[in-house]
Parts: sequence; C-alpha cells; structure tokens
Amino acid sequence: MLNYTFHWRPAFNALPDMLWGALVSLQIAVLSMVIGVVLAVFLALGRQSNNKFLYGFSTGWVELARNTPALFQIYMTYFGLGSFGIHLDSYVALLAGIAFNNAGYLAETFRGGLRAIPHTQTRAARSLGMTAPQAFRLIVLPQMFRIVFYPMTNQMVWALLMTSLGVTVGLNTDLTGVTQDLNVRTFRTFEFFAIAAVIYYLLAKLITLSSRLFAWRLFRY
Amino acid sequence: MFETSLTWNDTIFLLQGAGTTLTITFWAVLGGTILGMLFGLIRATSPWWVNAPIGFVLDILRSVPLLIQFVLANSFKSILKLQVSAFTVGCVVLALYTAAYCAEIVRGGILAVPPTTRRAARSLGMTYTQDLTNIVFPMALRVALPSWIGLTLGVMKDTALVLWIGIVELLRASQVIVTRIQEPLFVLSIAGLIYFLMSFPIARLGARLEKRWREND
Repeated sequence: MLNYTFHWRPAFNALPDMLWGALVSLQIAVLSMVIGVVLAVFLALGRQSNNKFLYGFSTGWVELARNTPALFQIYMTYFGLGSFGIHLDSYVALLAGIAFNNAGYLAETFRGGLRAIPHTQTRAARSLGMTAPQAFRLIVLPQMFRIVFYPMTNQMVWALLMTSLGVTVGLNTDLTGVTQDLNVRTFRTFEFFAIAAVIYYLLAKLITLSSRLFAWRLFRY
Repeated sequence: MFETSLTWNDTIFLLQGAGTTLTITFWAVLGGTILGMLFGLIRATSPWWVNAPIGFVLDILRSVPLLIQFVLANSFKSILKLQVSAFTVGCVVLALYTAAYCAEIVRGGILAVPPTTRRAARSLGMTYTQDLTNIVFPMALRVALPSWIGLTLGVMKDTALVLWIGIVELLRASQVIVTRIQEPLFVLSIAGLIYFLMSFPIARLGARLEKRWREND
C-alpha cells in the first residue's frame, strides 16, 4: 500500500538553511509584536477617547483587524497598497500585515487591561503632582502590562504562526519560504514540511517558555 | 468618474467563493466541536496519564502553522494514494485544528464549575452521569459559549488558508478576478467587506451574550 520511500537525508542536509529561515521568521514575529504593542496602546487609548475621529479611527482599525482573515490583511498590504503607488516588498508587506493584525487584537486586550485598573490609581498619581501623561506612563501602563502579559504571549505565538503566510506573497527567506523553495526544487514535500513543522513547534515552545521565565523574573513580588 | 471592469458574473463568482468559505467552516466547526467536546471532557475528567498524551497532540495542532498542516496533510494524502479531494483534506485538517481549540474551551468550562456544586449534586443522590448532564454541562455552557463563538469566527477566517492547497474560496476567488481585471484594491475590498459582513454581526452577538450572562451571574 505504502510504496513511497521517505528521503530524510536531503531534508536534514537542508537543516541549516531552514534554521536561518526560522531566524527570519522569529525576527518578523518580534518586530511585528513591537510595532503592534506600540500601536495597540494608542488604539486602546483612542477607543476610550471622547474625540469622535480618534474613536472612529481606532474602532475601525480594531474591527477590521479582528473580522477579516490575517491573510486578507497581508494581501491588502502587498497587492492593495499598490493602487496608491505604494509598492512594498514581500518582507515589509508581511510585517505590516501582521503588525496591523497584532495591533487590532492587542488593542482589545489592552482595553480590557486598562479597565481592570482602578481610576483611583490615576487620581492618586495626579494628586501627587504627576501630569496626565506621566500618570499614564508611570502608573497605569506598567500595571496594565502585568495584567495582559499572558494574552500578549499568546499573541506572540500567533504572530510567529502568521509569519508562515509570507510564502503566499512570495517571501522566500522565512522558514516557510525556504521550505517551499526546497520543496519546489526536490518535490520532497512531506519530509521538508514535517521538519518545518517541528521547528515551528519548537519556536512556539521557546516563546512560551522564555515568557514564563520572564514573568517569573518580572512579577516575583 | 469611478469605473470598474468588475462584471456581474465576477460578483457571483465572489459570492460562490464566500459560499465555499461557509461550507468549509460548517464542516470544520461541526467536526471540530464534536471531537473537541469529546477531548475536552476526557481532559477534564481523566487521570494525567490519559490527559498528558492527548494534551500534547492537541498542543502540537495549536503550535504548528495551519498552512504547514494543510501542506503536510495534502502531501500525506498523496503518499497514501487516498482518493479524496482537496476539499475533504481542508475540512479534516481544519476540523482537527478546531478540535484542538474547542477541547481547551470545553475543558475550561467544565473546570469552571465549582467542585462544591458537583459535590452537592452527588450528595443529593445524583449519579456521576446525572451530575455531568444536569449540573456541569449547563453551567459549563455559559462559560464556553462566548469563546466557542469566537472560535467559530476564527475558523471562518482561517479557511482563507485552504487556497494554498488549491481550493477556490472567497479570497482565492478575489485573487482570480484581480489577475484578470487588475484592480487589486477594489476587488480585495469587496472580499474584505464580505468577510466583515459574515464575521462582525456574529462577533457582536457573542460579545453581547457574554456581557449579559456575566451581568446575570
């Protein structure tokens, strides 16, 4: 029944290339997360704002990011922006798409986190003489990040998994892209992608584990 | 003035793609929920040596990109020379993926029922099965349903990835049209709008349900 011979040798020979690809994937995930977190803080603030424009803009962003597929968002940054004369290469388009998605999801998480912090905290900070931005930055934000730390870890893992979508817009330097290139050359689809799956799994575990360590170090008091 | 070469037939093609998206979502969520409830129940009630292996496999399904899972399943199908369509492969992979998340939701719901409540049920003379069906499941449902709605919408969006194994669903359909009429922004926007209209009302409903149930707790 099974007259297919597995050829693991070429796949293992390609392992260094794939690991370099994994590094690129991780890089995109980290960058998209950093951009996403910064944007999400502003979006979360925008959703609490009384300014109609700011509220509408950030709500639109969040709902769009959460109610359309990530792949659609990446297509938008890669194919769609071309209509405005903006031609991003696939790396930047992928990064922008994932960062857009991250920001939308994280903004909702952050909004929940901000709501969990008592107003008295801000008031106490203000009455100690801090300005409003100071109170937000020094008192509210650190507490919020503590509350949303675990959801952020999950988002980071999702960001890593989303980087695999780069191959659909022609990225060939990340893990999936490298694997697809090897696959096209050798047609050993199963072997190469099985190894890619293992690497992705290990990377995801690495993220979870290191964030556990980080949390243990950070939140010990 | 705004002009487009998008024809009526193209719009119908897009809507057919949306139909495929919904069909795949339906089968994946149906299969995934049944399997997920089974695994979730096992995970919430079994000793660790049953729990750990199942948990490990489900964790793999959640930690490997869906795209890779589709490619692997598709090539595995060719290796085994199975005569099944890419559509079936897509549905099965998505169902397993859904099951992995659904199991955690069900498990969380069951574990959220306080042990004291269950003990009270047992001491009123209910059997273990009666306790499960009459006490645990109704209470777990309230915890799990909002997350389940979120999962269903997530799966609906993830169906976009089946385009990689050659299924023409909504996003792929839009791409086909873009290739012909070269208006990426416009066509993609329509596809995005369709996704949004399929997802947003249900997301709102879920959020409202969650809020109402929390208020009535």
